[in-house]
Amino acid sequence: MLSEFGHVTPHIGFIYPNESDMAWTQLIVIYPYITGLVAGAFVVSSMHHVFNIKSFAPISRFALLTALCFMFFAPSPLLFHLGQPTRAFNALITPHWTSAMAAFGYVAGFYVCLLLLETWFAFREDIVAMSKVRTGIMGKVYGWLTLGSDDVSARALAIDHKAARILAMIGIPAACGLHGYVGFVFGSLKTREWWSSDLMPVIFLLSAVGSGVGLLIVLYVIASKFRKTPIPNDTMRGLLYVLFTAITVVMVIEGLELLEIFYKAREGVETVRELIMGPIWAGMSIQWAMSVFVLVVTSALLVFDVHGKRLVNWLFMSGLAMMIGVLAMRWNVVIGGQELSKTMKGLLTYYPELFGRESLFVVGIISICPYFTLWLATKLLPPWEETIVPEHRVLDAHKLA
Amino acid sequence: MTTPDKKPDTKTNETVPLSRRRFLEFLGKGAVCTGTLAGAGRAIGSSEVRHAKRAFQQNDEQYAESMNNPPKVPDYNWNDHQWAMGVDTDRCIGCLRCMEACKMENSVQMDAFHFRTWVERYVYLEGSNTAIVDSQSDPNNIENAGSETRFRFDNRYKNVKVDKAFFVPKLCNQCEHPSCVQVCPTGATFKAKDGPVLIDTTYCIGCQYCVQACPYGARSFNESRGTVDKCNWCYHRITKGLNPACVEVCPTGTRIFGDRNDPESPISLFIRNNHVQVLKPEMGNAPNVFYKGTDKEVV
Ligand code: SF4
Ligand code: SF4
Repeated sequence: MLSEFGHVTPHIGFIYPNESDMAWTQLIVIYPYITGLVAGAFVVSSMHHVFNIKSFAPISRFALLTALCFMFFAPSPLLFHLGQPTRAFNALITPHWTSAMAAFGYVAGFYVCLLLLETWFAFREDIVAMSKVRTGIMGKVYGWLTLGSDDVSARALAIDHKAARILAMIGIPAACGLHGYVGFVFGSLKTREWWSSDLMPVIFLLSAVGSGVGLLIVLYVIASKFRKTPIPNDTMRGLLYVLFTAITVVMVIEGLELLEIFYKAREGVETVRELIMGPIWAGMSIQWAMSVFVLVVTSALLVFDVHGKRLVNWLFMSGLAMMIGVLAMRWNVVIGGQELSKTMKGLLTYYPELFGRESLFVVGIISICPYFTLWLATKLLPPWEETIVPEHRVLDAHKLA
Repeated sequence: MTTPDKKPDTKTNETVPLSRRRFLEFLGKGAVCTGTLAGAGRAIGSSEVRHAKRAFQQNDEQYAESMNNPPKVPDYNWNDHQWAMGVDTDRCIGCLRCMEACKMENSVQMDAFHFRTWVERYVYLEGSNTAIVDSQSDPNNIENAGSETRFRFDNRYKNVKVDKAFFVPKLCNQCEHPSCVQVCPTGATFKAKDGPVLIDTTYCIGCQYCVQACPYGARSFNESRGTVDKCNWCYHRITKGLNPACVEVCPTGTRIFGDRNDPESPISLFIRNNHVQVLKPEMGNAPNVFYKGTDKEVV
């Protein structure tokens, strides 16, 4: 008999009957995750563009491309989640401004435009050069990408740099806004004890920076291994500083958040305790184990002043751990918040489905897309600060044919 | 959704905005089976064998038809009314007629996990200071009824000493400050002038933010329509001067409905003559469903 209603989320205690059909699923877990990676990657790219920190120069344009490619896919989990995706534009045509969600389309749209513009200014010199050395279709494509501006005099390039810098400066508050805003979508709901917290936007933002830096470390190390290029020690040290700062602040604030819940001990606090011990036990363990790992490793790297190959290896592992930890944190927030019933007298245990519109399969596809797009983007616009020579024709039509 | 396209009706001089009028019209068609309320429980039970899960509900095609081709609503001015509901929990016997009537009247999904209204059972065992609560989605109740489309409370407290027990019917509170309306990104859900909070299901994008925001768990998602659903006090009925279906079928008079603008209406009398409470007042939603005789354990 019980198997007949296996399609709903099982529960213990008392929940409102309508809660057994969970509203937001794993798609809404990766939505803040992806926007978080964007925000983090962007902050790293700004280190060079805005603050002119030289050690970040080799990775700056790569970080920008990463932010752009991930941003393209940030809205996709939301679209897949909507019951009526074809009506998505209703929220843009007639936004209901008291809703935190109404602004999403505008915020995301603005940010995509900003990233596109900054990318163009940052890569214009290369695009012009490429339009000169490439032949065939790709030559034409680069020709179009110059948008008719092929002036590469010193004066023009100075203007490019200035424009990119100004855009990056606007981009920093925009990235923080974009992600703080995602935290607000959850934190502003008074209904759910697990979400309704003033610290939510801050937690989301800081963990986003952490995961973004982690992503860049991982991608940069892998890319360098494949391209057989040396990894600059200074860049790695720079990333280490950012990662260390992010993880320490995140852990302190998340700890404070938990402390507040249990210290205030409002009605139903026992159920919160059971939530942590029960349905999200695994998620919480992963999140905190990874955080502690990153904290310990980055601290050790700083204390023992590690450089070279060992720094790269350990930092790579920290970056990966950071990404996993933040993903677990997103799960704990989004799914955990709903597993704690609004009655505060019951708990649900969510089991993701494997196939279907809102399944793990779809989540997997959406998560892979940004990486694939980034790979293509680095072929189109190599961000590695190398001189452009005619032989470099990976996406050239002649070669593909 | 504060559309400015108001045009005074020549006949009744009413000021319902045109877009709203269209919306009210389709609600009228929502009621295809207002006459079949009596014997609701039996109908669900028996027809379930023949028509799988639907009983006398509208099917999706009928629903679509009522959306696209809304019938006319009789002259009705929403500025003249202020609807409210009362629940006298002392009277409720947990027969679940209200719930079954609602499922049929409003084509609510025929399972134990989507409701516009439901009934909770609170039981204090002897010597206990807290209540044990269960409701229709409780696996034991489903098992006892033998089907997800039949609704009965099981008899689990047969062999234990019970100190006190009571039923609490729940539904959307048509809040004065509805958090669901606050968070809706499109304005598909909105507060009507006469009290109920309505959903324009032709405009809803199905984001379910409102489901998250409702403190009372009153909203559910209809997978096949891709939009959300909740109680609207049978808006298609009350605008015609009828009672909501649940009020109509309740055999004990637990549910009281009426117009607060009329001092002699049942609800005005109920609120005047009793000490009434609302659920979760700390949420600041200011509900319009008033409870008499609830308990500290009621959430
Ligand atoms: S009870 Fe929930 S769905 Fe009903 S009006 Fe209030 S907040 Fe909205
Ligand atoms: S599901 Fe529909 S009614 Fe609810 S918030 Fe989204 S658009 Fe509004």
